[in-house]
Order: sequence, then structure tokens, then C-alpha cells
Amino acid sequence: MNFGLSEEQELLQQTIDQFLANECPPARLHEIFDGEEALDAELWRGLMELGLGGLAISESHGGAGLEMVDLALACEVLGRHAAPGPYLGHALAGVAIELGGSDAQKERWLPRLAAGDALATLAFAEPGGIWDPSQWRAAVRDGRVDGVKEHVLGGSAADLWIVGCAGGDLALVERGAEGAALEPFDGLDRSRRLDRLALAGTPCELLERGAAAAQRVRDAALCLLSADAFGGASRSLEMAVEFAQQREQFGVTIAHFQAVKHQLADLASEVEPARALFWYAAHAWDARPEQSERAAALAKAHVAERFVHAAYETAEIFGGIGVTWEGDIQIWLKRALFDRVYFGDTESHRERAARLADW
Amino acid sequence: MDLRYGPEYERFRQEVREFLAETWPLSGEEAKLERVQQSARFRKRAIARGYLARAVPRAYGGSEQPPDVLRASIIREEFARAGAPLDVGAPAAQLIPTLVAHGTEEQKRAYLPGTVTGELLWCQGYSEPGAGSDLASVQTRAELVDGEWVIHGQKIWTSYAHWAEMIYMLVRTEPAAAGKHAGLSYLLVDMQQPGIDVRPLKSLNGDSHFNEVFFDGARAPADRIVGRRGQGWNVSRSTLQAERNAVATADTTLKQFSELLELAKSTRRNGRPAIEDPAVRQRLVEIEGYVTSHEYSSHRQLTCAARGESPGLIGTMNKLVGTDIATRMARLGLEISAEGALDAPYHHAEMLTGGSGEANPVARFLHSLSIRAGGGTSNIQRNIIGERGLGLPRDFAVQKRKAPA
Repeated sequence: MNFGLSEEQELLQQTIDQFLANECPPARLHEIFDGEEALDAELWRGLMELGLGGLAISESHGGAGLEMVDLALACEVLGRHAAPGPYLGHALAGVAIELGGSDAQKERWLPRLAAGDALATLAFAEPGGIWDPSQWRAAVRDGRVDGVKEHVLGGSAADLWIVGCAGGDLALVERGAEGAALEPFDGLDRSRRLDRLALAGTPCELLERGAAAAQRVRDAALCLLSADAFGGASRSLEMAVEFAQQREQFGVTIAHFQAVKHQLADLASEVEPARALFWYAAHAWDARPEQSERAAALAKAHVAERFVHAAYETAEIFGGIGVTWEGDIQIWLKRALFDRVYFGDTESHRERAARLADW
Repeated sequence: MDLRYGPEYERFRQEVREFLAETWPLSGEEAKLERVQQSARFRKRAIARGYLARAVPRAYGGSEQPPDVLRASIIREEFARAGAPLDVGAPAAQLIPTLVAHGTEEQKRAYLPGTVTGELLWCQGYSEPGAGSDLASVQTRAELVDGEWVIHGQKIWTSYAHWAEMIYMLVRTEPAAAGKHAGLSYLLVDMQQPGIDVRPLKSLNGDSHFNEVFFDGARAPADRIVGRRGQGWNVSRSTLQAERNAVATADTTLKQFSELLELAKSTRRNGRPAIEDPAVRQRLVEIEGYVTSHEYSSHRQLTCAARGESPGLIGTMNKLVGTDIATRMARLGLEISAEGALDAPYHHAEMLTGGSGEANPVARFLHSLSIRAGGGTSNIQRNIIGERGLGLPRDFAVQKRKAPA
């Protein structure tokens, strides 16, 4: 029995944490958030140089061959720093090809994804909030795909889209393919840019075992989103604690007031236990497949809600600063609202969790 | 990360299961004994095998096992599965580590063997009408008169005082000492004597498991003090820590959640089982998110303990988290019951305090208040999380008010 992190896992988190503290401090984060670029190429290159492109890609294809737990730990740190960019999509595209690709497909794409030479992402959602693979409508016929995908993370920066199709199939579509039209989406969380992808008779290549992989990829997405949400929530709490220990009113720091202390203690007791829940969901994905689907749904719903709560309460602790665009917490609050809805909202995953338990 | 215990521990689990299959429940004449006697006989056998009283030396009736949180966890799981008695619960459970750490040789020999089997029943004399969260301000006093402590004062919220043979209590022995924490002592006192009057307090659930205890010249031999004179506060602190860790463990939370699920399945609402109501399903999964977080946080803390590491922030919040979940569950139980919540819960109250039987949602809801108060109120827990967990400043010293002229 070992439900804790290894030294290697702690080191992985420290490395990413240090990189983001240096390369993406809040001032830089605001610039990217406010900017017009779809992708901050420098930051992306830095993350790829750290080896994040191939964390969960097998070693034989140039990755580090690590597990979902490790990928989740990386996502926790990215959430902690509200790191901009399409990392979630890229990492999950690697998982999709690793699980569903033929040898040739893996050979072709995984080394490039691992090295960061190609950027890949998932195109799963369809209009009407449809995330579930069993409900996808995009149709593949004779090697061409027709359909509309929404909320494609980093869609306009990607070289490769993994498109969810009818029957739960997954199709590879390359940038510049005929009939593929991108339209930027004016999203709430500007640190994670979304695009609409319309496909009309677009040449594609089905992943060999895509239909079998799609649900697992979705579960992986829920694990990683819950990890991101935990990182964001625990950082929100830290910001609130730091602010309360600096801000003076009535001649003392506001941390002296029991009203504030108790608000922070309640917040901590909402947030900190959720760490074990995202660990469990990721560990179940790796080691307890029979529990994984439900654990992922439960964790995503719970942790994303904790993040919304933590960011909202923290904004309140900040007082006037909390309601400005210049304040940092607004970026985390918007990330929380993104995490809550992306890959299906809280209510939909709670209902799935109830059904999966045969309630 | 690996949630499996591994082959060595699975062998141990097998051993425990075989022991339980042979040993519990008791059979023949022993099965006719009173529950307390049955539990004591079983515990003696379990201690002989090294399964219970693991931190208590053999010389004092324990099994003196090397610390091993994983074995301890397997024992808890398997004993609970078999419905077999575990180590004695509150309030004796908090006395045991205190006696092991601070008791004299004579005290350990006299009290520990009976306490670990549950034959010797204790109550805890801490709270007073004027000393709740501010426990150090206890006023009950004890004076040494002719080689005996003579005790005057009042304790309150004293669970099981009506059954207990003995009480461990905090009393003021050095009224002149500077500061309220100084001058307290920790005494062990016989309950069956003329200077003690136990009056039951009826709880809002209708049961009477706690009491007021009045001391009017009650006596205890001089050597019944644990630790040194005036050091009672430090002695009692180890006890309080043990109490916090024992309240609202994940095991209890999981058990209550499965009872809530059964309630939702068996109660009909609008002509269907309540569990088919979309609003109920949302609430159940919402609560399960908290329950599962708490469950895996306890695995996380078990791992920290096995590695000899401090669990950090999470270790300060088990009581608040556990009792908040209990309140959420109790509240949903009420809502599921709908009109059923108009029924008097009084005949069900026993099961919450050690009896068995069907969990009544109203009794559960009312009882959730008492676990919020016991062992340090929720607001005291928030101070602990804020100060020890988050590093926030301690509360202002309350300004001394001048007595009116």
C-alpha cells in the first residue's frame, strides 16, 4: 500500500513548477491572456523542451513511458500556474494514438508529438454540448469526414486534430486538409483558446482501434481536468492566505480576524481533501480499469466544483482587487469555469456516476 | 502509487480472517454472556494474537507490536467486516495512550489490563459548565487532605458516567499558579462513592448517554495523579489529540454513506424509489465526492504514517471534514424521508450510541450536532486548521475586562 508520491514524481512537479515560475509569472500570464496570439510559441517550446510532450507516450516512441498519475501531476502544476496553451489537448492526443493507433500510426505521430515537433489536439465536442463518444454525429465515408466540432483546444495552432466520429470512432485530420475550416471562438478563459472546426468532405484516416479507445481518452481527459482544477484551487487558496497575511486594516493584517481565518480554514477543508480524489481517479485509470470510468466522472465533477468555489471565495477575500481585470484571481476564476464545463459539466458527470453505479 | 497491500500483507489478512472465523462470534455458554463480557473475552484472544492493544506493552495487558499502520489498517478492515469488537472506543481509548506515556508503574499495572479489554469502564471529566472550548479554565478543584485528594466541583457532558467505574479528570490543584494552564492536574477517581452524584442529561434525541457529575468531597488516594502536580494540561493534551483522530474516521463516513444509499433506494417519493429522483441523484453523487475524497485522504495519511512523514495540512482537518460530511449526509437523509421526518425518532436513538438497529434519518440529523460539538467544536477546528495548517496568526488574546466598580 503506497498512496503517496515518489521522489521522481515530486521532482517532476518541482521541475515544471520552477519553469513556470520563471517563464510564466503573473505579469507574463496577463500578457498572454490579453494578447491576440492563438499560441505563445516560446512558452510552448519551453514546455516541450522539458519533455512534457511525451510524458505518457511509450519510450519506444520517444516518450517517457509514464502513467496517467504522472500526467495528472504535471497537469496539477499547470493548473496551479494557470498555464496558457493547449497542453491538455496535446497530451490527450498522445493518449488517443497510444491507445487506438496502428503501429504505423504510432510510428508516424508519437515521436513527433513527444518531441513537440507536431502539435496535436482533440476535436471531440459537437454543438449542443455533446461530449459523449456514443452521441457523436460527424460521419466518415470513403476516407472523408463531414461534421462540426466545437471547443477544439488550440485548434488553430494544431498540426493534427483527432476528430470524434459517429460510432465513437476517432479520425486523424491534418492541418490544411481539404474542406477543413477553422473559426476562432471568443472564449471566457483566454489562456486556453478554442476553435470551431467545420469539416466538409475532409480527407481523414481512422485510428485502427479508435472506437475502443474513445471512452478511455474521455476518462483520461476527466482525470487531467480534475488535476488541473486541483492545482488551480490549491493555488487560489494560497493566494488568499498570502493576501490575508499582507493586507492591513484596523492596524493589523486581516489574517488576524477570526472571520477571515475561519473562511480560509473552511476553504482549505474544501480543497485539500480533493487532492486524494484526483490521485485516485488517475491511479484507477492506470491500475483499476473497472473503477476508472466512474472514478473519473466523480473526480471531475467534485474537483472542478471545488476550484470554482475556491477561486470565487479567494476573489472575495481580495476585496476590490478581486473584481478587477488586472487582478490575478480573475484568470483562475475563468479557468475554474472552463474546467467545470469542458468535457461535460458537473451535473452531466454526476448523473453518469449515478447511472454507472446502477442507481 | 499502489493501493494493493502486497503479498506479505495479504498473507497477514488471511491470518486475521482465519482467526476471526474461529473466534467470533463466541459460541456455546460464552454466547450467553453480556455484550461487555463477550467483547472482553474476545479482545483477550485478539490481544494474545497481536491484533489489538498493539501500542500497549505486554506487561500491562497489551500485545506490544511494532508500529505498522498497514497491519493496523488490515485489522480494522477485517474486524469491521466480521462485526468483531475492535480496540475500545471513546472515552477509554483516549486514556490508554495517556497512561502509557505518563502513568506510574503501579497505575499502568492496575488500570491498563482491564481498560484495553473493555472490562474497566471509564468516563472523561473534562468539560465544565464554564469550561467548554476554553477547557483550561476548569474550576473543579482538588486538595490534598491527609494523603487523599478531596474534590469539589462539577463536570458536564460526561458520556457514560452512569455506567463507568472510574473517571479520568482535569482538576485545579494549584489555584495560586500563574495562568490558567498552570495548576491543573490529571486524576483517576472511583465513581462509586458518596461524594459523587451523577445526573443524566437528556439529549435532544431523547436518550441519556451524557450526564452532569457533581463532586462534593469525593476522594481519591494521593497516588492517583497522572504526571506531576500542576502538569495536567500537558498530560491531557496527548489525550485530546487522540480524540480528534478518532472522530469521524473515513470508515464511519463510508458506512453512513452506504446507509444513506439504502435509504434512498428503499424510500418512495412521488411513486418511485427516491434514488430515481434526479435531484436526489445529484445530491448523492455530490456527497459521494466528499466521501471518496475523505476516504482516499485517509489512505494518503496512512502512507505518510508508514513513511514516518507528517501529513501536513490534511492532518489538521480530519474532524471538520468528517463532521461536515456527516451533516450533509444527515440533511439529505431528512429530505429523502420527506413526511417521514415528522416521526418521533426517540426509539431509534439508542443505535447511535452503541446499540444496533435501523438508522433513523431524524435521529441521525439530530445526532450530527453532537459530533460537531464533541472533541473540539467546529469553530475550534477552524482555528486549528487556520493556525497550525495555514500558518495564520493566533487569535488576539482576549482583553481582560475590568470588574464593574
